[in-house]
This record gives sequence, structure tokens and C-alpha cells, in this order.
Amino acid sequence: MDFFGPVLDGFGTVLDPTNLLYCLVGVVIGMLVGVLPGLGPAATIAILLPLTYGIEPVTAIIMLAGIFYGAQYGGTITSVLLRLPGEASSVVTVFDGYVMAKQGRAGTALGIAAIGSFAGATVSIIGLTFLAPLVASFALDFGPPEYAALALLGILLVATISGSSKNKAIIAAAVGLLLATVGRDIFTGAERFTFGNLSLADGIDFAPLAMGLFGIGEILYNLEDRHRAASAPVKVKRVWPSGKDIKQAAPAMGRGSVLGFLLGILPGGGATISSLVSYAVEKKTAKDPSRFGRGAIEGVAGPETANNAAATSSFIPLLTLGIPANGTMAIIFGALLIQGITPGPQLIGEDPELFWGVVNSMYIGNILLLLMSIPLVGVFIRILRIRAAILAPITALITMLGAYTIRNSIFDVLMVVVFGALGYLMKKFGFEPGPLVLAFVLGSLLESNLRRSLLVLEGDLGGFLTRPISATLLVVFVFVALWPIAKGAIVKNKKKPLAAQIATEKEKV
Amino acid sequence: MRKHKEAPEAPEPEADTELDAATPEELAELWDAEAPPKLGPIANAASSLVVLALAVAGVILSIGLDLGTPQTPKAGMWPFIVSIIIGVMALVQLLVGRRGGEDGEKFSSYSWFPLIGFATLILLVILMPVIGFEVPALLLSFVWMRWLGGERWRSATLYSLIVVVIFYLIFIVALGTSIPHLI
Repeated sequence: MDFFGPVLDGFGTVLDPTNLLYCLVGVVIGMLVGVLPGLGPAATIAILLPLTYGIEPVTAIIMLAGIFYGAQYGGTITSVLLRLPGEASSVVTVFDGYVMAKQGRAGTALGIAAIGSFAGATVSIIGLTFLAPLVASFALDFGPPEYAALALLGILLVATISGSSKNKAIIAAAVGLLLATVGRDIFTGAERFTFGNLSLADGIDFAPLAMGLFGIGEILYNLEDRHRAASAPVKVKRVWPSGKDIKQAAPAMGRGSVLGFLLGILPGGGATISSLVSYAVEKKTAKDPSRFGRGAIEGVAGPETANNAAATSSFIPLLTLGIPANGTMAIIFGALLIQGITPGPQLIGEDPELFWGVVNSMYIGNILLLLMSIPLVGVFIRILRIRAAILAPITALITMLGAYTIRNSIFDVLMVVVFGALGYLMKKFGFEPGPLVLAFVLGSLLESNLRRSLLVLEGDLGGFLTRPISATLLVVFVFVALWPIAKGAIVKNKKKPLAAQIATEKEKV
Repeated sequence: MRKHKEAPEAPEPEADTELDAATPEELAELWDAEAPPKLGPIANAASSLVVLALAVAGVILSIGLDLGTPQTPKAGMWPFIVSIIIGVMALVQLLVGRRGGEDGEKFSSYSWFPLIGFATLILLVILMPVIGFEVPALLLSFVWMRWLGGERWRSATLYSLIVVVIFYLIFIVALGTSIPHLI
């Protein structure tokens, strides 16, 4: 009862009419904005951050989570209908999803993706429900050295697992750490890198940074990229998969759920990796692998299930350890901080209403997603027909005016534009904004814990290695840091595998 | 520019017969072929040098903040460490990028579009506190639709007006925000 009491109370929180309404609003907004080519979950949440400011914390996070998995599904729609993945984790859906659409089975592909997303997310939420308290109770023993080591490992994992160039990802992360130092030093009160600007004395605000890098950066990039527009959306005839389709896809969904859940917990692009791994597993276990790439329903079901399962389980490190697993989670982490909530092992005990309210909202949100995804297909297609020329200024203005409303500050709007330009340039020069944002939000956690550790350990860095948890984390850190070099030496001149080609492809998304 | 102006009209469906028969590997190759040209080693080196300059500035400013000692770290210690990491990684990137330049993409003739977009956004930031958001937003919408998006004069004017009116109704009338406005 100790365990189930708060869990059931969480359902009471989410079934509150206001929370339910915001959950619905989040899912719908997420789906609608996520369907726009070029705007994935990270950009969608970043742009819509100001919407959450005047709302209660629980309600705000429920809505953001809704936007998150709504946008995740929105990305699938463009993969199937336009051969244009809305985000990296939907890239593999193109292989069979678009071919299915060309064969007149777009509705089946979208339907199976919706069912798979629901199945994967549900398995993952159940896993989250039982695993999160365990992880949190384990992490309660963490002190400053453990947190410093964990934050360091989290940043490194995200930087090295996601994206193409590891060097550039690490540079982006380090720049994020440097940006996090701007403002008043929490220990000495000294002003750092403010150059006398009062607006910078409290540091760079997270919202303009995320809105600029992900939102305006993407919008500017799309201005340039628009001439590479994809083909017009294909027609959707039947919008619900048959019993035979579901039967054929069910095993792939089962495998995808488990794979996605496990891979999603790991920091660093869990959703993308899990969809790739799921596709590979499905192809390998298929009786006739040659069907893949030619409209195999398992090729849609597996990855779509896996990426949603991973997206949901990536909430585990965020909510229980306070470590975001990827760029999108970093934005949700920032949103939580803005709301005065510090995610971490204390959260379950100190604010069970929020914790279980958010977790349980995912059950409800995914049911809403499943119920609305198919009937709304017609609406999505209409949205896809709206010309990008008209959508671009609308999105830009939403971002700019939204940024102003956060603190009624024109300086914030300027920061959005500046970080927007940085986001665009980073994309052009092959630097990913995800590690930068992640390191930015973890920067103060890392610095404060590192400095506290140094004070406690009297400057002896070897002290990190005498504590079992921090020592283990640092060993993993060294292994992860050195692995690319070791791997490079082992597999020199090997033919570029499909996963690597797709990873390259991610840059275009 | 001309090419882009024609682009926004709803594109005709591609002849995707070859796509239907493509395996994932072939599709990935197709994408690779369609991808924009890679950045190249010179631009890659240039970006590394910019990062290196940032690292050097970070080191100098951090020293000015007082590093302290490992036992009692001061305000400059952490940014100093981070700047050193940035500097080392920039040097590594300089060496790696010499041969590679595979990440990132070349600037094209369309790269003017984001620059114009950026300029209009800056203009919005400058003008908004002075004359309110309506006129700058109208200008931004019009420029983006007409010249960056290739809309016709009439539709660009009409849609820009509609967009600004809708934003006015949402942000000023309905939400009552304090966004600077004319009326």
C-alpha cells in the first residue's frame, strides 16, 4: 500500500479536469506542431515553453509531456506521408512506411504506428512506475562527488552517443558548460562573463537559449532548406489497420517495447538508437528479410513502438536522478527548474503528487494520442498542405512574442535571436545543439557538486576514486571517452554500415 | 533566388517508381546523394579556430576572475577548466577536420535567406519597444512570405495582415500580455 497509495493518488491528480484538459491540449498541440516538417519534439517544446509559465507546475509538466509524445507521433506522419522524417527517431519509419503509403496503405502504416506507439509507451510507463522508485532510492545515497561524476558521465554519454562528430558534440557540450557559468557565482557572488550587463547578472535564462537554439535555429535553417521540399503528401485511403495487419505486427511491437524501454534509459539519443536497433532486429528475425524496405509492416511497427517506449523510459533518469538523457529531456528539465521543481531522487518522496501525476498522465495522454491520431489524419494532411512560406513567419513570431511574455523582457527576445543564429550556424558547421543545451542545464549542478566535492575532499581529486559509486561512474566515463578511439582502431576501413548512413542522414532532419 | 520563388507552389508528386523498389541501404544511399554538399576542411578549420578563440578568451577571463586553489576553488576555476577542455577539443578538431570536413554543409546561394531572416528578426527586436509589435511583425511576415517564401504580392499582403491581426487578438486582446503594441 505504501507503494500503490501514491501511485493511485497520482491518477487522482491527472484525472482532475484541468490536468486532463491540459493533457489533451498538450497531445493535440504536440501532434499538430510535430507534423510540421523540420520541427521535432525538441523544437516544439522549446517554442511552446512560454505557454507553461502561468500554469501550475503539475499541469505544466503534464502538458509538456503531452506535447513531447504528441510531437513524437507527429514526426511519424511526415515520415509516412512525405518521406520526410520529423525527427531522427522516425528515419527508419520512412523505409517501409513511405513505401506502404505509395502502395495505398498510408492509413495502415499510420494506424500501426499509432498502436505501436501506444503499446511501447504503455509498457514503458509500467516499467517506469516500478523502476523509478528503485533508482531513486538507490540514488538517495549520492553525495556531491557522485552527482558530479554522474553529471559528467551524462554529458559525455549524450555527446558521444548521439550525433555524427564526437569531437564537435563534446565541444558543443563544453560551450554549454561555459555558457552556464555566465552570471553571479553561487559560492563567491563574483560576476562572471557579464561584461557589466545587468540582464546577465542572473545568468543566461534557459528558455531563450532553448527557444533560440532549437526553435529559431530550425526556422532559419528551414528557410534555406525549403527548396529541398519533399513531394506532396500521398493520399490516405483506409485509416485503420486490419486484424491481419495487427496480428502480423504484434510480435514486432512486443520486441520493440522491451528494446525501447531498455535503450531509452541509457543517456544519449535512446529513441533514435532503439528505432534503429528494432529495425535491425525485425529484419534479422524475419522469415523473408527481403520484404523490408518494400512495405513490411513490421518495419514500421517495431521502430515506432521502440522509439516511443524509449522516449517514455528516458523520463526515468530525468525524474529519478535529475539527469536528462537527451536534448528534449534537457528542455523538460529546464521547464521543471523554471517551475521551481528540481528533478532528482528526492522528487518521489518530496512531491509524490507531481511525480505520480506526471507519470500517470502518460497513460492517459497515450490513450488520447491513440484515440485521436487516426481521426485527425485528415487534419494533419491539411496542415501539411499549408505552404511553408506562410508557416515560417507564423512560427517565428510565436517564438519571439512567446519569449517576450516570459519575463516581459526585450533582452530575452534578443537572446532568442542570438541563440537562433548560433543554432543555425551550429547546424551548418556540424555541431549539434542537443549536447550544448544538456550541458547548459547540467552545468550548475556539475559545477556546484564538483566544487563542493573539492572542498569536502580538500582538493584531493583522488578522493573521487575512493568512493565506490563515483569511482564506478568515473571508470565508465573513461571507458566511454576512450571507446571511440579503441573502436576506430579495431574497425578501420570497414564498410559504412546502414546505421552509420542513417546517423549521417539524421543531420538532414 | 528565382528558382526558390517557384518552389513554394505545391510540388508535384515525384516519380517514385525507383523508390518503391529501394532497399533501406539503397534509400540511405539515395538520401546521401540528395544531401547538400559537405562543408569541407577549410570551413571546418575556420569553425575550429573560432572555437579556439573562444577558449583562449575563456582562459584569459577566467584567470582574471581568480582561479583559487583545488582546496578552495574560486569563481574562475571552473570556467578555466571548461575553457581548457574547449581549447584542447578545438585543436583536436583542427587536426581531424584537416582531412575530413564531413560534418556540416556548405553554404549555398540560399544561405542569404537565413541571413535576411536574421536581419528581420533583429529589426523586430529593435523596433518592437519603440513602435509596438504590429508594424515590425507585418514587415517580417511580408518579407518572409514574399521574398523568402516566393508568395505572390497579393497573398503575401493578405496573409501578413491576417497573421498580425490574429497575433494581436491572441496576445493583446485574449491573453492581455504586456507586449509593446501600437493600439
